[in-house]
Amino acid sequence: MAVAQLDSETLSTIKEESWFVIIGRRFIRHKLAVVGMVFVLVFIFAAIFANVLAPYDPYKQNLAPSYSNPSPEHILGTDELGRDVFSRLLYASRISLFVTVLVNFTGETIGVIVGATSGYFGKWVDSLIQRIVEFLLTLPTLPLLLFFSAMLRGITIPGLPDEWSKAIIISLVLIAFGWLTATRLVRGMVLSLREQDFVQAARALGASDWKIITKHMIPNSLAPVIVNLTLGLGGVIVLEAALSFLGFGITPPVPTWGNMLQNVQERMWQQPWLAFYPGLCIFLTSLSFNYIGDGLRDALDPRLKL
Amino acid sequence: MDTMNKQAQPDLLVVDKLVKYFPVRSGLLQRVTAWVQAVDKVSFAVKRGETLGMVGESGCGKTTVGRTLLRLIEPTAGDVYFEGKNVLKMGQRELKPLRRDMQIIFQDPYASLNPRMPIGESVMEGLQIHNIGRPKERWEIAINMLKKVGLEEYHARRYPHEFSGGQRQRIGIARALALNPKFIVCDEPVSALDVSIQSQVLNILKDLQSEFGLTYLFIAHNLSVVEHISDRVAVMYLGKMVELTDRESLYREPLHPYTQALLSAIPIPHPNVKRDRTILKGDVPSPLNPPKGCRFHTRCPIAIDKCSQEEPEFKEIKPGHWVACWKAE
Repeated sequence: MAVAQLDSETLSTIKEESWFVIIGRRFIRHKLAVVGMVFVLVFIFAAIFANVLAPYDPYKQNLAPSYSNPSPEHILGTDELGRDVFSRLLYASRISLFVTVLVNFTGETIGVIVGATSGYFGKWVDSLIQRIVEFLLTLPTLPLLLFFSAMLRGITIPGLPDEWSKAIIISLVLIAFGWLTATRLVRGMVLSLREQDFVQAARALGASDWKIITKHMIPNSLAPVIVNLTLGLGGVIVLEAALSFLGFGITPPVPTWGNMLQNVQERMWQQPWLAFYPGLCIFLTSLSFNYIGDGLRDALDPRLKL
Repeated sequence: MDTMNKQAQPDLLVVDKLVKYFPVRSGLLQRVTAWVQAVDKVSFAVKRGETLGMVGESGCGKTTVGRTLLRLIEPTAGDVYFEGKNVLKMGQRELKPLRRDMQIIFQDPYASLNPRMPIGESVMEGLQIHNIGRPKERWEIAINMLKKVGLEEYHARRYPHEFSGGQRQRIGIARALALNPKFIVCDEPVSALDVSIQSQVLNILKDLQSEFGLTYLFIAHNLSVVEHISDRVAVMYLGKMVELTDRESLYREPLHPYTQALLSAIPIPHPNVKRDRTILKGDVPSPLNPPKGCRFHTRCPIAIDKCSQEEPEFKEIKPGHWVACWKAE
């Protein structure tokens, strides 16, 4: 008995930790997630301080050394107009990261809200939302994105530099089609959770629909959404590249990783590194986000011992 | 409170001709093609401070009755009066204060707790919803409740998967108790637990009943569990209540042939005891299309012609002994 008492006393005097500290400690046990986090932080740092870090003006053309090989002056070489590739990569990370983060976080948030509403309230609400989602999913994405980007190309957001206003408009177009998968994922989870006893218990306690959705439904349906989000973070960078290539995304001379990649395709065989660098940036970013997502999903699941 | 005293108590809950039909939808337009008659005109009353046991085989509508009382399932027809107020006629706003008085304990301890919520928070949830006390006081009430069911303070920050089935069932009890209710529907609270844990949970329920003056509707399919805990027992068959009386009369002289068959199915742990067993033939008919007349007549060993024609009324044949059977009169 004495042993048991001692046990309960020591345990109850353990300092209370906030939720964030606990999640943080569980997160850092996932080694690859930590590596991914470091990479993403480096990219974000580079994006914010691009103007300080870049050795050259990314727009300054210098035709004499076009397509020059990497050298001490231009560590990653120059492109077709003699612009410094390294400087352009740094500036490109600004728009690429901004677009992908904005599109994915907004898209997934909308998806979670709409999906939870659809699954929880059921009946005609569910039918209506699901028919809309199904309709949008059957439309071919790329032609539609092209159509919308072409339509919105002339519009600029006042007070913003041209490239940022373009980035936001592209983001809006991508968000319009970015919430569909998350909606279906969350709806499916909520449908199965709705019949569970702990949700019935919450209803018996008098919990409002809002409280049941936010405290019981959403926390229990986040795992697939996080995975979807991390896959999307890489996907949107590539999608933006495709749009840029077709001339509807963010167009040169403003650099993004996507349009840099597309720009060099004629010289792929002569100077393969020109395609390698932006490709590597896209690859590392999406891989890092993937591992962060993995780590986060595991850290948030109390059932896993980490 | 002894049994005589409990009999004299007023009714806390009165159920009058409760009906729940579930629609069966099919086809492209999801039209209603049939109705599952889960609960059909069930009437009974629960006295303040007593435990009313409710038995019957799977699918007879016990759970539906329990959940309908709390409006977790909306009934098709009928009335439920709790302390004189009609629960089924209440709007959501009137229903909320009532939630403090009526609670439920679930069968499956693995599904009844949110896996992503520390159990202390689960127990606290009701207090939060009803704005009782400040956050710190709520936490203390929650810990108090956990202690009442034999758990410790340090358990409060743990998650449901860190507990055994019996512990989780006790957490479910603590959650229901935190609001200090008057009436608790125990929906097969021990069916999912192994036998040694069953008695532990039953004893906790009994202790809490005498401490807080609780009233239970105890749903179960195990007759010996019901005998252990109930003051009165109701027997259900295929959505109908067939017999309702105090525990002694039911176990000593059951009047309905279905009750007799159920009781004769209880094994006696003695090799030499032989007794008359009433063995029922066939299966329970489908509640989609229940038999005409008495619903039990297809399997009843003593059925007469009348049984397949007219439905027997649920009547008080002796004082306090209600039966729905033509032969019992």
